[in-house]
Amino acid sequence: MEGITYLDHASATPVLPEVKEAMLPYLDELYFNPSVVYDLGTKVKAEVDEAREKVASLIGAEAEEIVFTSSGAEANNMAIKGIPFGNPKKGKRIIVSAIEHHSVLNSARFFERLDYEVTFLPVDHHGVVDPERLRRTISEDTVLVSIMHGNNEIGTIQPIKELCEVAHEAGAFFHTDAVATVGNIPVDVKELGVDLLSLSGISLGAPKGTGALYFKRNTRFMPLIHGGIQERGRRAGTENVPGIIGLGKAAEIRAGRLAKRMEYLKGLRDTLVQGVTAQIPKVHFTGHPVDRLPNHASFCIEGIEGEALIFLLAANGIYANTGSACASKALKTSPVLVAIGLPDVVAQGSVVFTLEESTTQEDIDRVIEVLPGVAQRLRDMSPVWKEAA
Amino acid sequence: MYSQKVMEHFANPRNTGEITQADGVGEVGNPACGDMMTFYIKVKDGKIEDVKYKTFGCVAAIAVSSMVSEMVKGKTIEEAKAITNKAVAEALDGLPKQKMHCSNLGAKALNEAIKDYEAKVLGKKVEETGAKRRVKRQVECTHCGVPNPITAKFCMNCGEKMDS
Repeated sequence: MEGITYLDHASATPVLPEVKEAMLPYLDELYFNPSVVYDLGTKVKAEVDEAREKVASLIGAEAEEIVFTSSGAEANNMAIKGIPFGNPKKGKRIIVSAIEHHSVLNSARFFERLDYEVTFLPVDHHGVVDPERLRRTISEDTVLVSIMHGNNEIGTIQPIKELCEVAHEAGAFFHTDAVATVGNIPVDVKELGVDLLSLSGISLGAPKGTGALYFKRNTRFMPLIHGGIQERGRRAGTENVPGIIGLGKAAEIRAGRLAKRMEYLKGLRDTLVQGVTAQIPKVHFTGHPVDRLPNHASFCIEGIEGEALIFLLAANGIYANTGSACASKALKTSPVLVAIGLPDVVAQGSVVFTLEESTTQEDIDRVIEVLPGVAQRLRDMSPVWKEAA
Repeated sequence: MYSQKVMEHFANPRNTGEITQADGVGEVGNPACGDMMTFYIKVKDGKIEDVKYKTFGCVAAIAVSSMVSEMVKGKTIEEAKAITNKAVAEALDGLPKQKMHCSNLGAKALNEAIKDYEAKVLGKKVEETGAKRRVKRQVECTHCGVPNPITAKFCMNCGEKMDS
C-alpha cells in the first residue's frame, strides 16, 4: 500500500506475485485430488511432490522428509506431541526453552497434565540458551528437547548445532522451531543435526495456512491427524494443493536470493538500530547484538507502554508490533521479555520491527524521524518516566 | 477494537500534566501490570476547579484518564465521587472486555485524590478498609478472565495453568 510504512512482516507478509501466479491454476482448472489413480490427479500429485522437493532443498533435506502442515503452529504441535506419543518407552521428560513460541510452550505444558516432567530452560540476557546448561539439566529419560532457532520477539539466533549434540548424547530427539529463520538465514538440517524442524509459509511470501515439518528419515512419531495415507500416513486430510504449490514456489524464490536479501536487510536493520538508539535516551536494544535475524530490530523504550506506542505509530502510518502485556489478549507481559530479565515496567515499552525486501531506506528514515517524537509524547504524560528521569 | 470516542481521546488527551500545588493526589495501578495513573485535583468552594493527570498505559488507560478529567471538571466533590468506572466506560462508548479491569482505573484514581484532599485539607480520618475486606473465593484466569475456584490448578474455561 502507498503511503504506509509496514514493518510487521513477521506477523504477515504479502504473497509474492510469482507465488500467486503459480497457485492460480490449482484454484481453477487443476482442482483434482492428488490421491486418485487416474492421470488428472497423478499430474497434480507430481506437482505437489515437486513443491516438496523445493521446500526440502531450501533446508538441505530429502523430499520424503517433509510433511506439509497448515501452519508453523501445527508443525510445532506435530513435533512436540508426536515424538513423546510415538516414543513412550524413552521416558517422560520434555525440555524446552523459556522463550519458545506459544505453540511450543503450550504444547509442552499440555504434557504436564499427562504427568510428564516439563523443564523450561532459562536464557541469558541476550536470550541465548547455554548448551552447558542443557547438559546439566538433561537426563536419560528425556524424550524431546525443543529450542527455537530464531526468536520472533528479540531476534536472537540459538547455537542449535551445539544444543542438538547435547540432546543426542542423552539419546533425546531434538526439534527446532525455525519459522523465523528459514528463508532469512541459511538453514541446513544436516549441518544443524536436528531430528525435526518447523517452518511456515508466511515468513517466505507464501500464503497463510501453509507450513511444513521436517522429519529426519526413520524418526518414530505418532500422527496428530489420523485418517487417510496422505503425506505418507503422517498427516491425513486432502492436501492443500494451492497452498503447497505456493509454498514450493516461495521456497524456490527465497533460496535463489538468500545471500543478497540478507545483505540488504542487515544494512537497513543496522541503520534503524543506530538511528533509534542514538535518537532516544534510555532505550534497550533487545536480543543478541550480533547473532540475530537480519530482518529484525527490537527495542524496549523506558517509561511508556507498547500498545499506546503502536497506535500512535499507526496514526503516523507506521506499523510495528509489541510484546507489551496490554497488547496481548492474555494481558501478560511477553514471557520472552521476562526471560531475558527485563523488569516488567521496561518490558511494557516493547516495540518490534520486522523488515522485508520491499522495505526501503525511506521507510527506515521515517521511523527514525517519527519514533522519538511519539515516544516523547507518551513519556511526557507518564508518571513512571518522571521517576526514571 | 476501540470505539471512535476512545481513539479520539487517546489521540487528543485533555488536561494532561501535573498540578504542583494540588489539594489532592491519587495514585493507582502498578506499571508491572501495565497501567498506572496519578490524578491531581485543585478544589475551590467544594468544587473541582482543576484536574490533571499522568498516565502510563495502553490506549484504553489514556482515554479513560482523559474522559474522567473531562467529566469531573467543575463538578462538586459529591458529584465527582459518584462517578463510577462503569459510567466512564459508557461515556467512552464502551471498552473492550479484557480492558475493563486493568485499564479502567480513572474513577478509582480520582477517588483516591479526593480522599487525599479530604484527609489533607479537611482533616478527615481515612476510613479503615482492611478489616472489611471480603475473602476472595474465586480467582480470575489471567489468560481469559473467567472466574475459577481458588483451588483450580487449570482454568476451567481455557485450560491455561492458573497462577497460584
